[in-house]
Amino acid sequence: MDFISILSIFVMACFVGYYVVWSVTPALHTPLMAVTNAISSVIVVGALIAAAAQGSSVSKWLGLGAVVLASVNIFGGFAVTARMLAMYKKKEKK
Amino acid sequence: MEHVTTPSWAMFAYLVAGVLFILALRGLSSPATSRAGNRYGMVGMTIAVATTLVTHEIASLPEIIGALALGGGIGWFTARKIAMTDMPQLVAAFHSLVGMAAVLVGWAAYLNPQAFGIAEAVAQAASHVIDISPVVTNADLVAHAFAKAQVADQARIATQSCIEMGLGIAIGAITFSGSVIAFLKLAGKMSGAPIMLPGRHVLNLGTILAIIGLVGYFTQDQSLWVIGLITLLSFLIGFLLIIPIGGADMPVVVSMLNSYSGWAAAAMGFTLHNTAMIITGALVGSSGAILSYIMCKAMNRSFISVIAGGFGAAPEAVGGAAKEQRPWKRGSAEDAAFLLKEAENVIIIPGYGMAVSQAQHALREMADTLKKEGVNVKYAIHPVAGRMPGHMNVLLAEANVPYDEVFELEDINGEFGQCDVAFIIGANDVVNPAAKTDKSSPIYGMPVFDVEKAKTVMFIKRSMGGVGYSGVDNDVFYMDQTMMLLADAKKMVEDIVKALAH
Repeated sequence: MDFISILSIFVMACFVGYYVVWSVTPALHTPLMAVTNAISSVIVVGALIAAAAQGSSVSKWLGLGAVVLASVNIFGGFAVTARMLAMYKKKEKK
Repeated sequence: MEHVTTPSWAMFAYLVAGVLFILALRGLSSPATSRAGNRYGMVGMTIAVATTLVTHEIASLPEIIGALALGGGIGWFTARKIAMTDMPQLVAAFHSLVGMAAVLVGWAAYLNPQAFGIAEAVAQAASHVIDISPVVTNADLVAHAFAKAQVADQARIATQSCIEMGLGIAIGAITFSGSVIAFLKLAGKMSGAPIMLPGRHVLNLGTILAIIGLVGYFTQDQSLWVIGLITLLSFLIGFLLIIPIGGADMPVVVSMLNSYSGWAAAAMGFTLHNTAMIITGALVGSSGAILSYIMCKAMNRSFISVIAGGFGAAPEAVGGAAKEQRPWKRGSAEDAAFLLKEAENVIIIPGYGMAVSQAQHALREMADTLKKEGVNVKYAIHPVAGRMPGHMNVLLAEANVPYDEVFELEDINGEFGQCDVAFIIGANDVVNPAAKTDKSSPIYGMPVFDVEKAKTVMFIKRSMGGVGYSGVDNDVFYMDQTMMLLADAKKMVEDIVKALAH
């Protein structure tokens, strides 16, 4: 992919982000932060590439380190978001 | 050699992951759709990880699985154990991990550019390699990398990737060290008071300019020291930027670091040409930026003044003109219970003090009892209540307060005129009328609840001595209709519940 197509995706995504985030109800701002935290750990993709590659063992270990950090975030972020959102659930049944 | 061109189905898969992440945020527009949203996010992440694993030759599967399991285990366990009051610290800690991961990925890409497909075309690179024997073993490569950054000669990194990578590492490092400080301040492991270094603005600006200059220089000279210095300076600036910011501004800081962690991911996405990372980075980046904006607006502070720091530093000398002793009324739990029972409309205004004393459960019990007596109970939440955006809502949700009884500032502020009791628990600055009337007050212009319009105001506070974060005295204490309930918030609410039972 050339730079300009990547940049286009980025700029569009910023706009999507802008409108989507303004539509988030203020009551859910904390879960919003937790879930953005979890998804920003998609950086794990880069970590996996480094960890999987041959060629440099330093690079591999850095990659593995990043995989550990990112997966703390992925599992932790989604789990804590789910936990918070479950609290908002109970009330609907009342 | 690693195969680097991503097959088109994989690019499509990353795009799907990106779209699922958008849906994850979209779901949060209402509590009813939020859980489905969270599941979309998980599916998106699974797709991204699976695609990466399938499209790359994996030289070390056991290690990778081990790393995923170790990190996942820690994350899952922490998420299960964490108390809701501690969410701000947890989020700050998570931000620091994203930042550090970005730094590590950036370094890995620097040391092994072929694996990331960011080495310049082989023909070009070859001209630089002639005098170096082909790297055979890992040990060789490492030696080269650390000796004189031969790696850069062996496979030059494309100019554009240098900038993206340099920025990714810099933002990641700032996110990391900034979040660590934010975590320490939020967790109370470090004083929340701002630490002001002399000449810090010059120092900060100089460091930032140096980082930008070095990123530019990195495209010319890909030596180890350049990227090393970028990393070090970025760690330093993250630290310098956050230490002068006081505890009251932490909601802004946490949101801001949220935003940075997104930009770091986006920069890495540019390096890797990965749509999932770019979309996510942009989403998270704008999300954090919007939250920072909302928080700033709710405190009537400019973003610049928050970043400049120092708010709430020394107790402002403004009110120091021999604070005259004004009369105030003290009430007991029994008095409060009596008035609450007689009331028709009660609005509860919780603040961080409620969370500190863990009074939310007792508070909900009190509200339930009152509702049984036919009292109309509502909760009013200021955007900056708590230590992060929406924190108070989560705490009330945890205590089983139905979310349709919880209102935002602008939705409920008109109702104080018909309100019999405004019940303030652990909040202070957000009900201070000085924000509306006193131009010299540091909180002037901040939107506040019009509690003075309520027939009776009950103010739970530990003592008359303390003031809010802003360090300003509050006229509400001395109003005729105000009843001060001086005690620990939880104890007082429990006493009121007991008194209501009689």
